[in-house]
Amino acid sequence: MAARKTSAKADSLPNVSAEDLTAYYRDMLLIRRFEEKAGQLYGMGLIGGFCHLYIGQEAVVVGLEAAAEEGDKRITSYRDHGHMLACGMDPNGVMAELTGREGGYSKGKGGSMHMFSKEKHFYGGHGIVGAQVPLGAGLAFADKYKGTDRVTFTYFGDGAANQGQVYETFNMAALWQLPVIFVIENNQYAMGTAQRRSTSTPDLHTRGAAFGIPGEAVDGMDVLAVKAAGDKAVKHCRSGKGPYILEIKTYRYRGHSMSDPAKYRTREEVQKMREERDCIEHVREMLLQGGHATEEDLKSIDKEIKAVVNASADFARESPEPSLEELWTDIYAEETV
Amino acid sequence: MATEVLMPALSPTMEEGTLAKWLVKEGDTVRAGDIMAEIETDKATMEFEAVDEGIVGKILIPEGTEGVRVNTPIAVLIEDGESVDDAAPTAPAQALAPADKAQNSEDQPSAGMSHPEPARAIAKAEAPWPEGTKTRQMTVREALRDAMAEEMRRDGDVFLMGEEVGEYQGAYKISQGLLDEFGERRVMDTPITEHGFAGIAVGAAFGGLRPIVEFMTFNFAMQAIDQIINSAAKTLYMSGGQMGAPMVFRGPNGAAARVGAQHSQDYAAWYAHIPGLKVAMPYSASDAKGLLKTAIRDPNPVIFLENEILYGKSFEVPEGDAYTVPFGKARVWREGSDLTIVSFGIGMTYALDAAEKLAKDGIEAEVIDLRTLRPIDYDTVIASVQKTNRCITVEEGFPVGAIGNHLSAVIMERAFDYLDAPVLNLTGKDVPMPYAANLEKLALVTTAEVIEAAKKVCYR
Repeated sequence: MAARKTSAKADSLPNVSAEDLTAYYRDMLLIRRFEEKAGQLYGMGLIGGFCHLYIGQEAVVVGLEAAAEEGDKRITSYRDHGHMLACGMDPNGVMAELTGREGGYSKGKGGSMHMFSKEKHFYGGHGIVGAQVPLGAGLAFADKYKGTDRVTFTYFGDGAANQGQVYETFNMAALWQLPVIFVIENNQYAMGTAQRRSTSTPDLHTRGAAFGIPGEAVDGMDVLAVKAAGDKAVKHCRSGKGPYILEIKTYRYRGHSMSDPAKYRTREEVQKMREERDCIEHVREMLLQGGHATEEDLKSIDKEIKAVVNASADFARESPEPSLEELWTDIYAEETV
Repeated sequence: MATEVLMPALSPTMEEGTLAKWLVKEGDTVRAGDIMAEIETDKATMEFEAVDEGIVGKILIPEGTEGVRVNTPIAVLIEDGESVDDAAPTAPAQALAPADKAQNSEDQPSAGMSHPEPARAIAKAEAPWPEGTKTRQMTVREALRDAMAEEMRRDGDVFLMGEEVGEYQGAYKISQGLLDEFGERRVMDTPITEHGFAGIAVGAAFGGLRPIVEFMTFNFAMQAIDQIINSAAKTLYMSGGQMGAPMVFRGPNGAAARVGAQHSQDYAAWYAHIPGLKVAMPYSASDAKGLLKTAIRDPNPVIFLENEILYGKSFEVPEGDAYTVPFGKARVWREGSDLTIVSFGIGMTYALDAAEKLAKDGIEAEVIDLRTLRPIDYDTVIASVQKTNRCITVEEGFPVGAIGNHLSAVIMERAFDYLDAPVLNLTGKDVPMPYAANLEKLALVTTAEVIEAAKKVCYR
C-alpha cells in the first residue's frame, strides 16, 4: 500500500500517528496469520513444492511499504508472500496461487515463488538466488530512461548478497545513478548456513562502499526503524542521487522452506527472538502502553484478520484447478506486452 | 473445540514418515510454534511445530511408529475445560489433495505427436520481395546497423546496450554511427559484465522498454544464460501472461577463424530448445535486416544469432525502411528435384556451394534456409521432402542434439513414407574447436562433406 499521511502524531511515537501504527500492526498480523495458514495447508498437501514462509520478518516489508508511493516498484526472491500482501495484493489470489488454482495470480502456473502484479507494481517472485537484483536495477533503469521519479525496492537475502551478479549490478547502478534501493533482508541464515560461516565480513551494508553506494544497517524487528530508514533511502533515490543499500537485520522463525530440519540453530535461539524481539509484539505493546488501542480493539483486529485469512484459504481450496488448455497458453505474447 | 493434529508433509515428495519422538505429553499446554514432535523421513529428521494453541488431549500415534501416512491424525488438541471425548471421531487418513490431477496431460496432444498429414506449402523458390522492388548491394554488417537505426527511429523505447557498442562503434562495427545519431541515453556502453547487464536489460523490458542487448559474441552470453532463460523466457508463462520481456539478444555466434575452443561455438540448438524464446539465424543481408526488424518489434525475447564471417558478405537488400521478414517462414533459395538440403546461418554457404557443384554432376538439390529456428517452418521442409524424397541437413554446431537431429525426427513422423533414404545430418565435429588451421578446417562442416552426403542419399 502507498504511504500513509501521518496525522495527529501520537505521544511517544516518533514520526508516526497512532492510526498508522495500528495499520502496521494490522498489515504485519495479516502476513503472519496468512503464512501460518499457508504452513497448515502445506501440511495438508494442498500446497506443493517449495514454500518459504516469511514469519518473523514482517516488519521489513511493512516498514518499507510505508515509505513507498504509488508507482514505486518492488521485486524480490522466492520468499515473497509477505511482499505481495504488504503491497496490497489480494490474499485470495496469493493463496490460490499457492494451491495451484485458476484463481491464483499466475492462474496456478507460477506457484509460491512466481507471482506478479502489474497493477501493484510487483515484479516477482524469482526463484534463482540473486537473479532479481539486476532485474530490479533494470526496472529502475526503465524509470530513469522514461524520466519518472519512481524508485524500485529490490529485496534480497544475506545469502544472495554473495552472488556475483549483485556486485555487477551495484557497479552499474552506481555508474548510471539508477533509482534503486537494495534491501538486504539479513535473516542471518542462507538456507542452513549461518552468516558467519558464509560471509567474510559481518556488515553487508558496507558492501556498496567499493562502488560509492551509501548503506546503513537497520533494526528489522522494529517497524518504525525500518520505515524511517526507508524514508531516507527513498528520498535519496527519488532526488536522483542513485542507489542506496539498506541492510535490514531480521530473523525468520520458521525453516528455510517447509522441508528444513533446522539443525543449524538451537531451539533456544529461535525462542529467544520470538519472546524478546518479535516485531508484532513490539507494536502491540506500543499501542497498548501508549493508550492508543485497547485489548478489545486489538482483539477485533485479530478477528478481522483471521476472517480474511480463512476466506483466502477457502477461496484457494474452492477455486478450480486451471483448465488443461492453460498448459499451452502464455508461452508467447501475441501483441505488445 | 478439539482439533486434530495431522501428520504433516515436510517435503514436496513425502507421503509417509516415522513419528520418531514426541516432545510433548498428554496434558501439556502448547502454543503455536512450539515443537511437538520429531518426524523422520527418508531424507532427514525434522521438528514439527504446533500451529494452534491448546492442550494435548490425546496422543493417537505413539512414538517410534513407522510408515505414518501424511494427514493421519496423530494427536488431539483440546481447549481448557474440554475432555478428549468431546473430540470428533478420528477421521481416516485423507488422500492427498487432488493436486495430482493436473499433472496428467496424456490426453493433451503434444506439438510433435500429430499424425502425418500432407504438407500445405509447396516448396518453391521465389524472390523474397515483390517484383520491381528497388534493391542495392549491402553487407550483412550494414544491414544489421540499418535495421537497428530504423527501429530506433520508429520507437523511442528501443535502445542498444552492450560492450563497446557506443564510443568504440561496436567490436565488429555493427553499431557504427548509432551513438552519433541517438546519443548516450539510447546507445549504452556497458562494463564487461554480461550476467549483470543482461539482467538489467530483462528488468528494463519488464519495465516497458525494448532493449537490444549486444553480446560481443554469444560465447560470452553463457555468463548471462540464466537471465536469458530463467528470467526472459519464462516470466510470461510464470506470470500467467501478465508480463514478459520484449527484447532482443544479438551478436556473433559460431566459429570465426582461429579463435580457439572458447570463442567458436554455435548455440543454435541450445536456444532453439527453450519455450518462450524465439530464435533467428540469418544468412543473407536482406534476411539479417528483415529478421532483425521483426525481432525488435516482437513482444517476446528473441535470440538473434549472427556470424562474424558473414558480416562482410554482400547481398541485394530492398531499399527503404519498410522491408521486414516474418518469423517461421523458410526461404527456398534453389529449386531442385533430387534432394532437399536444409540449412541456416553460415551453413547456407556450404549448402549453396555444394548445390552448384552437384548440379554439374546432374544432381539438382533444393536448398532451404530455415531463417528462424523457433518457430521452425516445418511445412516448407516437409513439402520439399515429399517432392525430392531425400534430405540432408547442414549446420555448424555439435552433432549431439543438433537442429538436424530434430528435423530428422519431424521428417520421420510426417513424411516417413516419402523417404527413399535416411536423412543425414551434417554438423561440426564432436570436438572442442582446435586452434591449428588444418585441424580447425577439419572440425567444421565442409562443402565436400555436403556433396558426399548428397550423393550418398541419392545412391550415386
